[in-house]
Amino acid sequence: MSALLTMKNIKKSFSGVVALKNAELELNKGEVVALMGENGAGKSTLMKILTGIYSKDEGTVTFEGKEVEYKSVSESEEAGIAIVHQELNMMNDLTVAQNLFIGKERKKGFLIDDAKMVEDAKELFERLNVDINPNVKIGNLTVGKQQMVEIAKAISTNAKVIVFDEPTAALTDSEIEELFKVINDLRDKGTGIIYISHRMDEINVISDKVIVMRDGEYVGTLVTKECTKDDIIKMMVGRTVFMEPKTKSDVGADAEVVLKCENLNRGKHVKDVSFELRKGEILGFSGLMGAGRTEVARLIFGADPMDSGKIFIHGKEVSIKSTKDAVNAGIGYLSEDRKRFGLLVDKSVEENTCISSLEKFTKGLFIDGAKSKTVSEKYVKELKTKTPGVSQIIKKLSGGNQQKVVIAKWLVKDSEILIFDEPTRGIDVGAKSEIYDLMERLVKEGKSIIMISSELPEVLRMSDRVVVMCEGRITGCLDISEASQEGIMTCATNRQGGK
Amino acid sequence: MNLKKLFSNQQAVVIAALVVICIVFSLLTDKFLQATTFTNISKSAYYVAFMAIGVTFVISTGGIDLSIGTVAICAALIGGTFMEKGTPMFIVILIMLLVGAVFGLINGILVSHFELPAFIATLGTMMVSRGLGSIVSKTKTISFPQGDSAGAWFREIFMVTKDGGILPKNFPTGFILLAICAIVMAVVLNKTRLGRYILSIGSNKEATRLSGIDVKKYETMAYVFSGVFAALAGLAYVAVFSTAQPNTGNGFELDAIAGVVIGGTSLSGGVGSIVGTIIGVFIMTVLKIGFPYIGVQSHYQLFITGIILVFAVYMDILNRKRKG
Repeated sequence: MSALLTMKNIKKSFSGVVALKNAELELNKGEVVALMGENGAGKSTLMKILTGIYSKDEGTVTFEGKEVEYKSVSESEEAGIAIVHQELNMMNDLTVAQNLFIGKERKKGFLIDDAKMVEDAKELFERLNVDINPNVKIGNLTVGKQQMVEIAKAISTNAKVIVFDEPTAALTDSEIEELFKVINDLRDKGTGIIYISHRMDEINVISDKVIVMRDGEYVGTLVTKECTKDDIIKMMVGRTVFMEPKTKSDVGADAEVVLKCENLNRGKHVKDVSFELRKGEILGFSGLMGAGRTEVARLIFGADPMDSGKIFIHGKEVSIKSTKDAVNAGIGYLSEDRKRFGLLVDKSVEENTCISSLEKFTKGLFIDGAKSKTVSEKYVKELKTKTPGVSQIIKKLSGGNQQKVVIAKWLVKDSEILIFDEPTRGIDVGAKSEIYDLMERLVKEGKSIIMISSELPEVLRMSDRVVVMCEGRITGCLDISEASQEGIMTCATNRQGGK
Repeated sequence: MNLKKLFSNQQAVVIAALVVICIVFSLLTDKFLQATTFTNISKSAYYVAFMAIGVTFVISTGGIDLSIGTVAICAALIGGTFMEKGTPMFIVILIMLLVGAVFGLINGILVSHFELPAFIATLGTMMVSRGLGSIVSKTKTISFPQGDSAGAWFREIFMVTKDGGILPKNFPTGFILLAICAIVMAVVLNKTRLGRYILSIGSNKEATRLSGIDVKKYETMAYVFSGVFAALAGLAYVAVFSTAQPNTGNGFELDAIAGVVIGGTSLSGGVGSIVGTIIGVFIMTVLKIGFPYIGVQSHYQLFITGIILVFAVYMDILNRKRKG
């Protein structure tokens, strides 16, 4: 039997940065293939090439025996390939039904037939066994419900191949159960399914085979029934030494507390969060997506106002009402989304390095360009940032080097408390270990770091202690000597919110 | 040299365009290359140029200020009303600048603190300032002093009105003021923290805020600049045209914004050039003054300016795409 879909030798790079080197995939009718790999392994890029969002540089895609190349999502949809994206693509002000049938509106003559769309939507939701009113604005639904709408949208096209890109990240257990029922149902009807997820237990339940990718390359295929979790992880990581967890912390329990937070609150995202950060420590923040970790960081950094709570630095209470207050108190924040929140991407390395500390580079009224250049060059050298020069525009650097510029920004400012929010997201493996080395060097030099990370191996490798959050609350604080993936996950899914 | 590369430097292109336009006019008519032409061009460029310098700051933050035209006239009307009541001209000028600053401050606060879209906030103050000018002046046209009457000295800032001085009559002294303002503001935009922060806000406001910078303060400052320069434009206007009429000023802002954009400042913010702005304004004015010399009616200037504007913005988009 020939495969329903094959992708072979796919190559793709973005302005010089290689995302896919040699990606492969084979999918049969009525099969669920789990596509696995670390963040940045190229899974999403490969799927975007399949659905025509990106065009490939090299390689072949064969669908139903014919070589194809889709130039847009509407082309791939037409051919019978649907995708449920990891990030939701919704028009928040339109209703559920309007979103569901966008581009495929039911019509009565020239006019849109809203009643028919609502009816069709109801039918779909019945099939999915979810309770969603098609008439409400989609922006008013929970993220989980929105995700179900997205899934319904993919199913409504009667696609032959459906790609699920981390569909369960925002779903509740019962919603996941319903989703699996639907997937099994689709499989029985002969639909080919590509399922991307980081959750090992899901992979075991739902998939027939596992395709593993690493650094943009195809690594191998495993039959789910015949392999263990460890087999998959080994293939994904490749070099197990790299992510060896830390077993004990060098920071004593008597180390000075540099930052203390007491009962921080903000809406439903941050509830009664209290913790301490010690000098020279890397404090890991773990939890599922939407657990409120970034929100806590933004509170401490003054980016969002808090409802209540106290922040102490070196034992003294500080009032942080703006990012300026936080920066002056010695806090630096490295956002999870560098391009949106961390950098001026159209500006130079030098401008970005010095932006937070321009007062140090001002002579009288004017900016001392010579000095800011010297200092920027010094940090380029020290952090081994790969750039042709400090006048290079940030956009042209790779993710890892961009991250180094953000780090340099806070080093120039001499911030003593650094909040790293997903420090290695979208960064290739080589640069990743450089960032890790850098963080370790910084704490040795007496800085203190809060590291928010969704990658458990990263949390276990870097942290001295691990704070775990779930639904806005801290549900656990583990010393690294007693922390394990399982232990962290137990706390991270502790939806009771108990302490 | 590669044509594409040449076009990537918009600054060079607009300067070249201005030179080419002047050469073409002087080839077509020998009346163009005369001192009076320069005087006429300067006189009619002043008020737009001052407005354009100020609004360059706002546009650099990624915002827009539609109120500058009516604020210019409103400032002149309020100042003129005081003048008619016997206030000394020196104080009148300060009052005018203050009116501009207050409108700028209001715009700045609406945009940065109350987070209104700049288009709407300044559309509002555009109407308010237009109405306020009429209210204060009781819808009368106000004439500013001329000749030997008291207070007429202020016109010398922009133009020599009498024979027998060091400079010849009709010498456009305002050009000197304009040059000084342009140089000072170019330095402010490029060499000071204030300017750097304004460009950073235009490049990425949230990232600038998360770098620990008080973005509200600096964004507001940009609007205050815009307001003060609008008032200065109002002063230049009455110096050249002698009167301020209520209910005018509408549309001036679009000339100024067109000049800014032709000069290479990006409407999406982050990139700003005062020198470019001045040249952009002069391209438009040279066309306006030059066309009648060669027997073409001046509304052809609008037609051509429109095409240049679209072309300039398209060039900017091309450059951004290539760099991205």
